[in-house]
Amino acid sequence: MAKDFWAKHENLYYALTNKKVIFGLTIVAIVFLLAAFGPLIAQYEYDEYAGQGYLPPSSDHFFGTTIDGKDVFTRTVHGLRSTLLVGAVAGTIATLIGCIIGFVAGYYGGTIFDELLMMLTNIFVVMPQLALLIVIAAFLEVRGTFVMAVIVASTAWPWTARAVRSQTLSLKNQEYVSLSRISSISVSRILREDIASNMFSYVFMVFIQQFNGTMLATVQLEFLGLGPTKGISLGLVMQNAVNWNGIQLGMWWWAIIPGLILTILITALYFVNTGLDAAFNPRLREM
Amino acid sequence: MGKYLRKKLIIYIITFIIAVTINFAIPRMMPGDPIQSLLSRFSGMEGGREILEEQLTLLFNLDQPIWEQYLNFWKSVFTFDFGISIIQFPTPVFDIIKRAVVYDLAVLFPAIILSWIVGNKLGAYSGTDKKVDNASMPFFYFLASSPYFWMAGIVVFFFGVVIGWFPISGAYGSTTSPAFTWNFIADFLHHWFLPFFTMFLVQLGGWAIGMRNMIMYEKSSNYSKYMETLGASKKLIRNYGFRNGVLPQVTGLALRIGRIVGGAITVQVVFNYPGLGRMMLDAVQNQDYFLMQGVFLTIVTMVLAANFLVDIVYMFIDPRVRLSFTEEV
Repeated sequence: MAKDFWAKHENLYYALTNKKVIFGLTIVAIVFLLAAFGPLIAQYEYDEYAGQGYLPPSSDHFFGTTIDGKDVFTRTVHGLRSTLLVGAVAGTIATLIGCIIGFVAGYYGGTIFDELLMMLTNIFVVMPQLALLIVIAAFLEVRGTFVMAVIVASTAWPWTARAVRSQTLSLKNQEYVSLSRISSISVSRILREDIASNMFSYVFMVFIQQFNGTMLATVQLEFLGLGPTKGISLGLVMQNAVNWNGIQLGMWWWAIIPGLILTILITALYFVNTGLDAAFNPRLREM
Repeated sequence: MGKYLRKKLIIYIITFIIAVTINFAIPRMMPGDPIQSLLSRFSGMEGGREILEEQLTLLFNLDQPIWEQYLNFWKSVFTFDFGISIIQFPTPVFDIIKRAVVYDLAVLFPAIILSWIVGNKLGAYSGTDKKVDNASMPFFYFLASSPYFWMAGIVVFFFGVVIGWFPISGAYGSTTSPAFTWNFIADFLHHWFLPFFTMFLVQLGGWAIGMRNMIMYEKSSNYSKYMETLGASKKLIRNYGFRNGVLPQVTGLALRIGRIVGGAITVQVVFNYPGLGRMMLDAVQNQDYFLMQGVFLTIVTMVLAANFLVDIVYMFIDPRVRLSFTEEV
């Protein structure tokens, strides 16, 4: 039984036995658990006065306290939740847009339709992302999680569209695709069943990379004070630290720990991606 | 002109038109009334209201039909008339931008070039040496995963606070003023180093990873294997792989400039460095929309110009593109 399963899902087997994937996924799981259960074990509210200010990490305050006596651990785990949520939703939207444009442009490769879609993509590629996001975010007085995600995703999709397009171009002249085409199967079904399904592992890796990118873009916006207008976020925690001269006062637990968690998460996802690359790519597999 | 450059130029021109249009459309589309809040802020200032109203008629022309407003907006773009700043009233926005842009170029240009060169070299080494690869790759991944402003925080903490070698705020000390004296130049460089180093570090990781992957790919190609069987040295194989791998890295530079400039905005905030990014954020926080629009357009123009520059460089190093340039295909 089990053997049958692994024989059928060979890719999955190679993925889950890859050391880099195991190592990366473990860290990712820890950070996600921290975001999910951290707010439950935190003893304070993120905006409440939790004790003396300027305290380094201790058993009472895992990550110390801010200058005005707020608990950094509480703020970090709440902020992590918000940043991860925005990043995940934005990453999903960006991957979807990128894939749809990439599939369609690739399938109609060489036509004027493809040219137009690629022109659109190339325009968004050179547009400086953060500057555009600042202009958009600055004029929106209320920004919720979903609005944030849409803003971030709107500039994150172009490279995915390009990458997916070139993959589609190489797949679309395969014999089985031609067979589907002469069997007059609809384009959407060909894209779905012949092309998308063969690129599943690739798209999954694209999603991880998108997630990394959108989290970075999100945290930068939050740091500039243009994150969600309600609640706390990782970038906001660090913005406070910088504004209150937390770094100059040597309060590394306030200015550095929140970002460290995010950086470790993104590094771990990179590891997962390189591991998956080796697992999905038979040429690299034997190493 | 070659087909290659022509195609790129068209993209850049369209991008610029779209950027200007976004600049034009966003204040008019957004909920709330930025103009009313501007006017009310100015009513207390002496003579402010008249000047601002003049500005508003020039830039917004709200009594005219929308297409006429749009044409006027373009006119102001081409005459560099971005209006008058509110934070530094009554300095024209263009003057503020002219002063700030020097600091951006001083930090970004060396940081981009140096990190590209060093990152590619380091990546090539870890691509050919398994031991170096295992030791250095996690470090490069870590660098590439860091948000720019967070790396700035770490750099400030270690070099500015713990060791105390470098000043951590501003572009020059409070006792010096900009002049062409050794004193000022030394002070400027002293302040310049940490922002530069931050930008350098974060980008370094990305280039190293990219080149390492390219070298791995080239190593599995037939010509490398053939060279290996002929007993060519590791260095020789690496050099050939490097020459092939460098082309996508140049394209990658064009793709990334926008993100790097975005990162620079946040780094300038941490260092309180008076470049365009710092100006833009000040403008946003004080609802200085004229300044914000001016800075946005400047950043877009700079990024497009940089992209075009990379395209020209690419043309010279890729023989295939050079061919299309001379043969006019």
